[in-house]
Order: sequence, then C-alpha cells, then structure tokens
Amino acid sequence: MNMSIQENHNDHIDSETGKLGMWIFLFTELFLFGGLFLVYAVFRAKYSEDFHSAARELNAFIGTMNTVFLLVSSMTVAMAITAIQKNQKKLAMFLVSVTLLLAALFMMNKFFEWSHKFEFKLYPGSEVLKNLPRGELLFFGLYFMMTGLHALHVLIGMILLSINFIKIKAGKVNQAHYLLLENSGLYWHLVDLIWIFLFPLLYLIT
Amino acid sequence: MSNTETGTHVSYLQHKGKYKGILSWLLTTDHKKIGLLYLYCIIVFFFVAAILGVLMRIELIAPGETIMGPQTYNGMFTIHGIIMIFIIVIPALPAVFGNFFLPILIGAKDVAFPKLNLFSFYLFLIGAIFGVLSQFIGGGAPDTGWTFYVPYSAESSTNVIYALIAAFILGFSSILTGLNFIVTIHRMRAPGMGWFRMPLFPWSLYATAWIQVLATPIIGITLLMVIAERVLKIGFFDPALGGDPVLFQHLFWIYSHPAVYIMILPGMGIVTEIFPTFSQKPVFGYTAILLSSLAIAFVGYFVWGHHMFTAGISYGSRWFFSFLTFIVAVPSAIKVFNWVSTMYGGSIDLKPPLLYAISFIFLFMIGGFTGLTLGALAANVQVHDTAFVVAHFHYIIFGGMGFAFFAGMHYWYPKMFGRMYSNKLANIAWGILFTGFNVLYFPLFIIGLQGMPRRYFDYLPQFQTGHVISTVGAFILFTGLILMVYNFVYHIKRGAIAPANPWKGVTLEWQIPSPPSHENFDEIPVITTDPYIFGTSTENKQK
Repeated sequence: MNMSIQENHNDHIDSETGKLGMWIFLFTELFLFGGLFLVYAVFRAKYSEDFHSAARELNAFIGTMNTVFLLVSSMTVAMAITAIQKNQKKLAMFLVSVTLLLAALFMMNKFFEWSHKFEFKLYPGSEVLKNLPRGELLFFGLYFMMTGLHALHVLIGMILLSINFIKIKAGKVNQAHYLLLENSGLYWHLVDLIWIFLFPLLYLIT
Repeated sequence: MSNTETGTHVSYLQHKGKYKGILSWLLTTDHKKIGLLYLYCIIVFFFVAAILGVLMRIELIAPGETIMGPQTYNGMFTIHGIIMIFIIVIPALPAVFGNFFLPILIGAKDVAFPKLNLFSFYLFLIGAIFGVLSQFIGGGAPDTGWTFYVPYSAESSTNVIYALIAAFILGFSSILTGLNFIVTIHRMRAPGMGWFRMPLFPWSLYATAWIQVLATPIIGITLLMVIAERVLKIGFFDPALGGDPVLFQHLFWIYSHPAVYIMILPGMGIVTEIFPTFSQKPVFGYTAILLSSLAIAFVGYFVWGHHMFTAGISYGSRWFFSFLTFIVAVPSAIKVFNWVSTMYGGSIDLKPPLLYAISFIFLFMIGGFTGLTLGALAANVQVHDTAFVVAHFHYIIFGGMGFAFFAGMHYWYPKMFGRMYSNKLANIAWGILFTGFNVLYFPLFIIGLQGMPRRYFDYLPQFQTGHVISTVGAFILFTGLILMVYNFVYHIKRGAIAPANPWKGVTLEWQIPSPPSHENFDEIPVITTDPYIFGTSTENKQK
C-alpha cells in the first residue's frame, strides 16, 4: 500500500514499473488470504456438518447487500480512472467519493452484523462459543478472522482512496500522472475479489 | 577509468544530498547507503546471537546445570534461532549485497522503488527491535524454539507474541525487498543487457525474490493465526478447540522450507561471481547455473513435508516429499560441478574471497550430503530431532550462507569502502574460522548419530566428549570472527586506497570507481557482450 503512495513522489518511476510492483504486491495479498482459505478448506472437509449448521447463523441478506456495495464500488473506481484519463477532474472526484460512500456503507453493515453476533455472545473466546460443537466453533473463528482481515483491507483501501481524493483536488493526480489512482483502483478490485470468494464460502453454502 | 580517486569523482559516501549529518544516512534512498545500514544492523545482531550461541555451548560443556537453568537455556536457543534466521540469515544477502550491488551489476542508478527500499529497512528495524524486546520484557524470553510449534506456542506464558509480531514484520520487510528486486530486474537493466547477459548474482537474487514474494505471505498469515489463537482463543491449531497442530506444521514449513533457499541461493550467486574473477576464466555453464537457481527455487516449494516425517503424515506424502527432496540435490550438484569446472584450467589467484568461496563448496557439500541422510525416510527416523540435524543445518546455513557472506564481504569490501583490508590478516582469520567451524559442528554429527537429542539442556555422560570438542570449536570460531571483523573495521579508514578493479573482475561494478559515485554511473553503460569475458575484450572494455 505504501508503495503506491511513495511511487508517486518519484518522478522517474514510470507507470509500467509502478503497476508491475503493484501487481506483485497483489499476489502476496492473495497468498496471505490463501492461507486462510486453505485452513477453511481443511476444516470444512473435516467438519462439514458443523459448518453447514453454523453458516445458517449468518444473514445472507446483509451479505448480499455488502456484495452489491463492493461490486458497484469496484465499477465506480474504474470509472474514476477513466474520468481522470479524460481529464474530467470533477467527475473523477465525484466517482471516488461515491466509492468511498459505498465502502462506508459496507463497513456499517459489517459493524451491525458483528455487533449482532456479539449480542448473542458469539465472539471468539466467549462461553457460548466454547460450548458449541468444535466445527461450529472453528467456523465462527474463521468467520471473524477472514471478515476481520478483509475489513482491515477495506479500511486501508478507504484511506488510499481518500488520499487520492485530496490529490485529485490538488491536481497532483491528473491526466498525465494517475499511477496512484490506478494502483489504488487495483487494490480496491482485490478487496472486492476477495469478498467475492468470502461471500459464498461463508454465507451461501449452508 | 582507473585513476578515479583524484579529480572530480565524489563517492556516494561523500555525496551531499538533501539532508546533512546522520539524517543523510537515516533518510537516504541511495541503495548503497541502505545496504550499509542493513550491514551495520546485521553485524550487531549477529554478535548478539553468536554470543548466545557461545553461552549455550558453555552450558553444554558438562552434563547438568553449568552456567544457566533450563528455562534460560530454552529462551537462549529460541532467541538465537529467531535472531539468526529472521534478522540475519534471511535478509542478510539480499538486503546487504543485493541492495548494494544489484543495481550496479545490471547497470542501473538505483532500485525501482528507492523509497520503498528505505521503508523496508525501517520495517526490518522495527521487527528486529520487537525481536530483542521479546527477550527482556514481562513474562521472560520465548521458549518455543524459532519454529513456534503449536499447541505449546499458544500456551507458553512467555513473550511469544512479541516474537511472533517480530517475525511477521520482518517477513513484510522481506516481501517488499523481494518485490523491489523483481521489478528492478524486469525494468531497470541497462540497454543491451538481455536476460541472458545478466550476471549470475542478479539471477540468483531474482530466483530468491520470487520465493520471498510468494512464500512469505503464508508465514505471515500463519503467525497471525497463532496470534489470534493466543489473544482471541480461536482454536485453529489447538486440538482441544477442534484445531489441528499438524496443519500448523504444514503452513509453517510451506514458508520456512523455501526460506532455506532464500538463505542459500544468493550465497550461491555470490560465489558464482567470485570463481570466474579469481580464475580469470568465464563461468562454466552460465545457462546451467541460472536454470539450476530457478529449479531450486521451484522445487524448493514442494519439499516442506520432509520436516514432518515423524509428525504422522501419510506414507504416500512421506514418499512424495522424500523423493522431491532428493530431486533438489540435482540442481545443487549442477552448481557445484560448474564452480569446480570454472576453476579448472584457470589462472587461480588464491585471495581471501576465493578461500571463502572454496570453503563454501566444501561445507555446503557436507551439509548437502547429510541433508540427503535426513531426506531418506528410514534414516530420518533415526536422526530426527537430534544434534545431527543441528550440525546439518549449521553446515548449510553458516557454512553455506555465512561463508558466502564472508566471501562477499572480502570480495566487495574494496568497492564498498574504497579501502583494502590486510590480505594476511584475512587469511589467518579464514584459517581460524574454518578450523573452528568444523571443530564446532562436526562432533555434533557424531553425537547426533549416537542419539544426542537437539534442544536439550542436559545429556547423558557418554556424549560429553563430543560436547567438549564442540565447545572448544565455538571459542576458536568466535576468535576467527573477531579477527575478521577487526580486519574490516581497522582498515575502513586506514587501509590502502583501493583501485577501481583490485581483482581484475569484468562485471560492471569493477568498471566504476571505488567507492562508486552517488548515481553509480556517469552515463548508463551499453552492454554489448556476455557478462564473463576475460582477456583481450576486457582490455577493450576498460580502456
């Protein structure tokens, strides 16, 4: 993440170089989540019954809403890049703020979803959770770990987009130099992509 | 270009940048200065961890308690391992010599992302500080061993969390360095330097960088899971909570075995630079060496299970991992044959860098062959978790990577600091080091075969002879280390001025003044020949 901010300061870094760096960084992110997906796969195979019943606790409607938010936000960030390429500064700023708004809605949903779980004492380490069958316990552990790590990535993406907003306004991200926005867009697509996998694995397969 | 100490040349050490004084170092984005920052940190941490090692050897000189209690001993081997592996062995070669020489060897002015490079250094420093903190604060030094095996690492009341965080941050730093190098090699090569005209040290860094980028995230997420297990009581790996400890071992070794190749590949790259220079002969089998680097990096991914032969994995997977482990020996052997063939018929100049490079082959071979003993299923059951393993990986890591590091220091010291060290002192230090190394570690093979377990604070009297010899070796080795470092430190200001090309090397770093200027090259060189061409064409290139 830091790299994309820093690249922009270096005039001699051309956009191909910056994007190559970003792509490799995205690979590492995929591997980071890949570890969790692997653990999910192992325990799903071991405790398929428990995973089945635990997944019913999750609200598929909220999950679907969040999926829609992220998919649309991925579109708006892509549109923002096109707008800056066409030198439409105002439009680009508008589209980045729509993306930020959708991201905020996602986080709000997540907040309510988590606090709902906490009301029923379904949080890691709670007594209720400890008394559940082992597979359900692991399901909730994985649920909090995976969505938590994902939410952290959403937050980082939001920070990146806010920086972009300020820089577009200041004219530092413009038609000629938009590597930062492009890389932040790539990062945002990754956040979206990971959610696309989390959503069916956690919410839909019940 | 050789009379460069006079006249207009300003070396990177005297370069006036944006900042003055100490800030010109702490905020530098010059890859050479960042390389030196890493070097100084790594030397300091190396001595800390080496002293811990010597203390452990003193403890083991006699059965029973000698100078420390069992809990202190557990803390010592854990911290020794964490510092040595995560702070020194994994980052040292890429971060010091990679940073300093990769851009120069490919004819670039800097790495692709200079600020990211500095950021990696600070991540490294923060991680290193966490590692040291874990030793001193609160609940006592972590006692899990550097492998953090669960369930014990989830239960131990010591500072395991700090050590886990340290390893996580250091991993992140390692990823960013690898990323930087991949992009640098792809995008920054000088005009005319096609992939197959690139010197072999950059090639080995390229293979290493891919391992850093693709394997390190796995250890990152695994360490996060152990942290979650400790803090949030999510039982990923705790059988009592439904988890699976063997799963942790898989995830841990998926990274930590390829990490062995992060350690050794750049070392192989360094000696590959040294053999042609001191034999004044092109490297034998350029393509074979670079392909074997890539092959090691690739196959190295699929052998992690050989750390778990006794952990209860299935016969089929044991067979598979054992077979692939033997396969890794093939590209390693190709390299050894190529190095030896490079020297064959050459005009050999036995200077300190070559002494270290030759001892690298010798020690690496012993480490490699005993690795096959460990990789064989039947033999593994006998020697698993014994001092034999300790001897094996010290021969690979210290005898391999460590001696390659020393070789690189002796080879590039004149270029880095613009001064010559004393050859005589360097030869003496080498003799002491090499003797001490073998006296220290070879007896461990023997007592390991006889059944001395690793990581034990106490032992039966029948192992004492081996332990006493080994402890004596530790002192000899340490003396050699001090003499070697003294030679470097003393001559950094007082050594004879180094010429641009003291060893008659032909790669790009020898075509520029010692020490190089801030931007390495006055004008970016255009490459028209293969990297290792000696003789007449060298004269032309250097005119």
